[in-house]
Amino acid sequence: MYVAVKGGERAIDNAHDWLAEERRGPQDVAELDVAQIRTQLGLAVNRVMAEGSLFDPDLAALAIKQSRGDLIEAIFLIRAYRTTLPRFGYSTPVDTGAMACDRRISATFKDVPGGQVLGPTFDYTHRLLDFALEAEGLQRSEAIAPEAHPVMPRVSQFLNQEGLIQDEPRPEVDAVPGDLTRAPLELPATRALRLQALARGDEGFVLSMAYSTQRGYAKNHPFVGELRIGTVAVEMEIPELGFAVEIGDVVLSECETVNQFTGSKTEPPQFTRGYGLVFGQTERKAISMALVDRALRWKELGEDDKGAPAQDEEFVLYHADNIQATGFLEHIKLPHYVDFQSELELVRKLRREADARVRPTEAAQ
Amino acid sequence: MADETMATADQAARKGWMGLLARAPAAEVKRLWDDLGREVDFDWLRAPEIGGVMVRGRTGGTGAAFNLGEMTVTRCSLRLADGTVGHAMVQGRDRDKARVAALVDALMQGAAAEDLRARLLRPLEDAMTAAAGKRAARAARTKVDFFTMVRGED
Repeated sequence: MYVAVKGGERAIDNAHDWLAEERRGPQDVAELDVAQIRTQLGLAVNRVMAEGSLFDPDLAALAIKQSRGDLIEAIFLIRAYRTTLPRFGYSTPVDTGAMACDRRISATFKDVPGGQVLGPTFDYTHRLLDFALEAEGLQRSEAIAPEAHPVMPRVSQFLNQEGLIQDEPRPEVDAVPGDLTRAPLELPATRALRLQALARGDEGFVLSMAYSTQRGYAKNHPFVGELRIGTVAVEMEIPELGFAVEIGDVVLSECETVNQFTGSKTEPPQFTRGYGLVFGQTERKAISMALVDRALRWKELGEDDKGAPAQDEEFVLYHADNIQATGFLEHIKLPHYVDFQSELELVRKLRREADARVRPTEAAQ
Repeated sequence: MADETMATADQAARKGWMGLLARAPAAEVKRLWDDLGREVDFDWLRAPEIGGVMVRGRTGGTGAAFNLGEMTVTRCSLRLADGTVGHAMVQGRDRDKARVAALVDALMQGAAAEDLRARLLRPLEDAMTAAAGKRAARAARTKVDFFTMVRGED
């Protein structure tokens, strides 16, 4: 029998009131404002923008405040918000070669033109807790005279001069790439769709997939050919004007891997490439994305299917999105009283039948 | 031919100021505009509207296009009393910044251009160039100077 259940409104209202109070915390501690989160928890903001798939640092900071620092909840809020936005159009593809780099390193060439620029990195820190931060107060460094951003040529182009790396030529006319936000993912996916799915995929999931390839599941010998982080301008055609104008700046992390490749039935021995591009300063994600992108290219490069999870497009793409995942996972905690009632009836019936089968045997003993 | 060159130059100039206004911090744009103290009559052709633009990248940085993710933008269009039309498509969700950007776009096509260039566009550009230059200088200070260790095996 189905019984519609109502009620709980008062409990829900009180729960949400309490949530708001818990979010704020004790009144004798100063409240965090959105600008503080945006500027002082910048890497959390970047992750929310990347996986929320919306570049807007203020909104991401607001979402982090509202979600009490639960980043997947914050990403959920951003995804929900972005569905309310009318789509004005598509940008022309950004030119990451013209990036104003805060950071640019190569693990393959020491003396790369433009140099190895470390930027504000955790690398080479000792990972010891800095108790001085409890006490506050960083001494600002002295004023530095401004300089122009140097030109940073792509590392892959040096290998390309020798013809030793798979080329990534620019098409004469850009094909319109598929868009996951407009049409559901269908398999087999194009590389463009895979990159879009990975760019907004869960950092932990993409990291683990990448790690699995390093440990031997579809091993593909990656080096970080180049990692660059910085600002690029976004340009878009404005129909009313009939020409393209810059509509803003975004910070991006870009990683290109260089992968040893001994050749296949269809391709000569050369280096191949994996590509990662992510909103914000998010280098762990960008490197992971490049490794997984490369693993997923096995078919196109004529490599063997080793049955590794990272080669399995369906497995990777259908499980990378943490909002889809958490939506399905968390719904099982919501009331399933009627579903469960029917299961309970079923198990009771089976038990009665099983007991009926057991009892005659007992009687025989 | 001369007309065409002229049109291209005009277009490049308009591209320049529209891009600058789109990328500039909203607070700076509005502060500089308020300092001008201009009262301008206009009609909305399209009132400010917040939306999203899908940002595209290229595979391997140079190859085929793919959709990376969206960014927030605000757009509007207006017409001055003299009929000049101004457009804005600016980053973020600040309707007021979009209004100022569209007004500046329209006014830059008329007699006020020199004044606006000197008192609004140039200060904006200088501030943004200085901010970018500071980051570049900070980055340059983190550039690695490799040196070879003496190996002592003469």
